[in-house]
Amino acid sequence: MLTLSHYIVLGAVLFCISVAGLFINRKNVIVLLMAIELMLLAVNMNFVAFSRFLGDVSGQVFVFFILTVAAAESAIGLAILVLLFRNRSTINVAEIDSMKG
Amino acid sequence: MELSTAILLTIPLAPLVGCLLAGFFGKFIGRAGAHSVTILGLLVACGLSFYVLYQITAGGAPVYNHNLYTWFEIGKFSASVGFLIDRLTAMMMVVVTFVSLLVHVYTIGYMADDPGYQRFFSYISLFTFSMLMLVMSNNFMQLFFGWEAVGLVSYLLIGFWYKRPTAIFANLKAFLVNRVGDFGFLLGISAVLYFLGTLDYATAFAGADSLVGKTLTITQGVHWDAPTVICVLLFIGAMGKSAQVPLHVWLPDSMEGPTPISALIHAATMVTAGIFMVARMSPLYELSSSALSFIMIIGATGALFTGLIGIVQNDIKRVVAYSTLSQLGYMTVALGVSAYSGAVYHLMTHAFFKALLFLGAGSVIIAMHHEQDMRYMGGLRKYMPVTWITMWIGSLALCGVPFFSGFYSKDAIIEAVGESHRWGASYAYFCVMAGAFVTALYTFRQMYLTFHGKERFTVKAHHGHGHDAHHDDHHDDHGHHEPGVLEHAPTESPWVVTLPLVLLAIPSLLIGFLTVGPMLFGGWFGQAIHVDEANNVLGELAGEFHGALSMALHGFNPVGPFGLVLLAFAIQTYIYLFNPALAGRVKSALKPLWTVLDRKYWVDDIYFAVFARGGVKLGRLFWKAGDAAVIDGALVNGSAGLVQKIAAAMRRLQSGYLYHYAFAMILGLILLLGGFWLVGH
Repeated sequence: MLTLSHYIVLGAVLFCISVAGLFINRKNVIVLLMAIELMLLAVNMNFVAFSRFLGDVSGQVFVFFILTVAAAESAIGLAILVLLFRNRSTINVAEIDSMKG
Repeated sequence: MELSTAILLTIPLAPLVGCLLAGFFGKFIGRAGAHSVTILGLLVACGLSFYVLYQITAGGAPVYNHNLYTWFEIGKFSASVGFLIDRLTAMMMVVVTFVSLLVHVYTIGYMADDPGYQRFFSYISLFTFSMLMLVMSNNFMQLFFGWEAVGLVSYLLIGFWYKRPTAIFANLKAFLVNRVGDFGFLLGISAVLYFLGTLDYATAFAGADSLVGKTLTITQGVHWDAPTVICVLLFIGAMGKSAQVPLHVWLPDSMEGPTPISALIHAATMVTAGIFMVARMSPLYELSSSALSFIMIIGATGALFTGLIGIVQNDIKRVVAYSTLSQLGYMTVALGVSAYSGAVYHLMTHAFFKALLFLGAGSVIIAMHHEQDMRYMGGLRKYMPVTWITMWIGSLALCGVPFFSGFYSKDAIIEAVGESHRWGASYAYFCVMAGAFVTALYTFRQMYLTFHGKERFTVKAHHGHGHDAHHDDHHDDHGHHEPGVLEHAPTESPWVVTLPLVLLAIPSLLIGFLTVGPMLFGGWFGQAIHVDEANNVLGELAGEFHGALSMALHGFNPVGPFGLVLLAFAIQTYIYLFNPALAGRVKSALKPLWTVLDRKYWVDDIYFAVFARGGVKLGRLFWKAGDAAVIDGALVNGSAGLVQKIAAAMRRLQSGYLYHYAFAMILGLILLLGGFWLVGH
């Protein structure tokens, strides 16, 4: 029997994976974007789980919003990435440090 | 008949108008215009001054004391511009305008080649205006205005030849030394305001008696007598302006200025402002015998010891300058023994004969082509007879030979000091007696070196490029030519120079004889000068006075000042006319004494080492330690440096790597949640 805690643990695991993806990854900006997507999905998982558990659909409505925004965000993120590659010929995270103080 | 305000206003304003016209429009009106307009202003002022003197003395005009204009008001205190015209003021006005007028005329000749001609006339007219404001004032504030204004003009005129480094040094020195005195003077005026609540002369003097017994608490348990504090502080101002020991050092150096102003400002008028001021404040000074003792001792010291320096000077103007210091000492001694009218009387006679001596010295300097060293003169009497005779009149007046004006004033002072019982009077008596001898010594030496004996200069044969070639720049670099060699023989100066000499010789000769009775012993000054009955030494002398003639005949007494003058005359005549080699031998025999006098008692050197160098050192300390190290280093650059260091540490956090920022965010999030969790439990 799947209980609420299974879903929450799944969400936490997804979140931790995405955070680890952000930190550990030193090479690829695309992986960063994917990790962010995954982080959003972890949040969505919590939303859906609690919505079902509490019998309130508004949580699931939020998930639709978040998915829409996430789609838009990835579109913009990928567009930026394309421009970044054109300009700097790299998407290596370790080399993108123009904001260094 | 009451004096008219319009006339009194015209007297100081006429020279001011002349000054402004000559100063601002000198280019338009030209040289002749500049001297015409200033001399016209002075003629008006001088004529009206004589009229005022006549009205006050013979015309029965009452004392004029009115405020004309409110300068400023602060709370209950208001400063006014006003005139107080009594006999003392009227006499000063006549002396100032008369000498100033003659000096204006003389300047036409003396400054004939100078490029700063209009500027010079503008300055001396400004001086006359300032001096008139000073003497005509009816309150301390306007007195202070005049006091500072004459100081400013003195500064401007000492540095008139502003390209000479020595002149700049001298005018700075004069200004700084005067600042010391003026500081005391300002404190004195403040003390008057504090204790008497007013700066108006009449009100202050009327309330002067309330000062008796009041004290000023300096620190706990130290109380100073209020009248003494006020009088000493005011006198410190006079010490600066009237060049009293130890603030006398600026006056000899002021001889760097052109000779006409040495005569006008640094002999006849400005330096006597301090004497005038003390005489004017006599109701205050009579309250404090300690202050008067102080004044007397300072004056006596100056009278003798500065005169001694005059004996070893070789510069013709410096001899007269030291003589001025010595005579100012005499006036100050007279003030100290409460013989205020004696001091003012000596002020007047001295103004005439000292202006004459200076202008005469200037005439010699013109003839010698701006050579001032007496060692290169001698035998000038046959070249310039008018200068020679008039200077002899001035010299005999200075020595106090009976019948000359200086005799009456100086003898009265010596007698008055002898009569006085004030503390220190015997020291003062010794100083003024010895001073009479010293005066005669340097005066006869100066006359013999300049006009008598054999000529110690040579006249160069006339040659091509001549005098006119370096005519224009002789003020700037006249020292470059060989000393004692003249381009052409000395000649008598033009009439604009000799006329003032003659006009000054007349009062030098006669004014004492004519006025001694009423002015000195007859109470001519009336209410203007207040002397306590107990201090009235001149009143005691008046009992023995039986007319000017008998006073002069009595003055021939060989056991007295006249004997000393005769002795000095005999010594100097023998040395300089019959045995010139003796002077050198005396000098080497008295080498230590000569050195002391030649170094002017090292007063200048001490001041230079202590105050000038000390001031520079102190300034350097404040600059290095205070400004450079603390303010610049620690505060300004230090705070900037601190910010920079902190920023340098902080910027290491900004790595530019996205994952560092993300890590910081997560860390922050964890800390925040942890915080909530902790608070929750």
